[in-house]
Amino acid sequence: MFRKCAILVVFTPMFLLLGCGKAKVSFTLAGSTAFQPFAEKLAEQYMTTHKDVNITVQGGGSAVGIQSALSGAAQIGMADLVTLPEEAKALTATVVARDGIAVIVNPDNQVVGFTAPQIRDIFNGKVKNWKGVGGANAPITVVSREAGSGTRSSFEQIVRDITLTKDALIQNSNGTIRETVANDPNAIGYLSHGMLNDKIKALKVDGQDCTTESILAGKYLLVRPIFLLVKGEVTPEIKDFIDYILSTEGQQTIKTSGLLPAK
Amino acid sequence: MKLIGEKGVRRILLGIAFSALSALLLIALFIMSEGLPFMFRYGLKGFLFSSEWQPEIGRFGIFPMIVASLWVTLGAMVIGAPLGVAGAVFLTEFVPRPVMRIVKPTTELLAGIPSVVYGFIGVIVLAPLIREHFGGPGLSVLASSVVLGIMILPTIISISIDSILAVPQTYREGSLALGATTWQTVHMVTVKAARSGIIASIILAMGRALGETMAVIMVAGNAVKIPHSPLDSVRTLTANIALEMSYATGLHREALFATGVVLFMMIMVLNIVAGLAIRKRGSKR
Repeated sequence: MFRKCAILVVFTPMFLLLGCGKAKVSFTLAGSTAFQPFAEKLAEQYMTTHKDVNITVQGGGSAVGIQSALSGAAQIGMADLVTLPEEAKALTATVVARDGIAVIVNPDNQVVGFTAPQIRDIFNGKVKNWKGVGGANAPITVVSREAGSGTRSSFEQIVRDITLTKDALIQNSNGTIRETVANDPNAIGYLSHGMLNDKIKALKVDGQDCTTESILAGKYLLVRPIFLLVKGEVTPEIKDFIDYILSTEGQQTIKTSGLLPAK
Repeated sequence: MKLIGEKGVRRILLGIAFSALSALLLIALFIMSEGLPFMFRYGLKGFLFSSEWQPEIGRFGIFPMIVASLWVTLGAMVIGAPLGVAGAVFLTEFVPRPVMRIVKPTTELLAGIPSVVYGFIGVIVLAPLIREHFGGPGLSVLASSVVLGIMILPTIISISIDSILAVPQTYREGSLALGATTWQTVHMVTVKAARSGIIASIILAMGRALGETMAVIMVAGNAVKIPHSPLDSVRTLTANIALEMSYATGLHREALFATGVVLFMMIMVLNIVAGLAIRKRGSKR
């Protein structure tokens, strides 16, 4: 009896908090951590002009995006995969943006660029020394993302036939990949194009720089689409929001924040 | 003044005590119910003793992570236990009491530093040092052992100090009266009498090292392989759960819960052993 009271005292405020803001039309976006900050920004802008709509943005990763769109936990799933898995066939997918994947090394590294097969050999562990790919005589430290990451599966699908070497260090975000590579002169990793800064150096892939221009021109190889996924019939409110993202204003926001527009 | 009677207070306290207990019970039940079915469906042997961890193609072998957890914990013990016990002996037997009263709380402050901060220092300072002087990627068994070794110091020092202080003064006096030197008294009488407490402190610290997650994720490098040297990068059981949980669905998610079951069992065994060690000390006096 008293135990129940104690539990009530603890949990009631939590449920009250959860109940906040249910008065308006509300829907949730969940999924890709790469697109999450952009979705938050877009949702914020959208809500300033549409006072009656409440949008919640959650992360969780592309796999979670697909799952929660299927299960209805979120009305819109976000996924940054090159090809959507089988189960996502039931969802209506819209490409709202594109993102380049930059292959990065430490700025002290002399290497300037690789071909896709060279990248494949390095991440497969076939080439273990920088000497083998035109660098100094030093062991290569491969840094990758964890299994399930959208960036990782896109990277592996575009470069093709990657069975990641067991020696690879695993970091669980774009930011920690950047830190690891910035701190280790022998490291090589990859991250979202929007995360580039001067602590690391982006390599040319097949002779093309990883810049907004070359990605827009379709020359840069490592580019992935970002999907919004909706299950079943799209309600007018959700359609209006997606249309807003695809509008000139929405696409401009995406571009100025570091991603690439859908078209 | 009597709002709630004696019995009422008793019941309230009982309720609160039970809620803590039931939380533990619910956690245990939840992990078991999510993880155990997977373990038996996948095959206990394949899960515990296979080295292939490739969730994307449905291979879940956590052997490298069990080995990694054990190595990292052992490394932390090798670094932390001698330092901690020696520190405790020094502070109780060789230093005036007022100094101990200042130094002991100071070492306990170490326990209050968030583990991310330890991890951060490990990444920024320790890993480059190891990479430059010993080779390898830097993020390694060695780096995690050093970081964990420091993190467990407060546990070892404060429990060891308490158990050494609990040794009756007459033991020391008796030994000194028989002509033993201070050092002989310390290592043949005092430390021996406090042994079970010191062992308990080390086992509790081991539990902490085994369960630490954030700092280890940052400094261990998280490569899934059985380490061949202390300079190799490894992934511990805790790191495996924390790294992949956010993305995991379906079987993968169940496999992570099963990883949790293994970890839970390992820590339970350690706690039971620690409990036995402490009880042994109690019954002696």
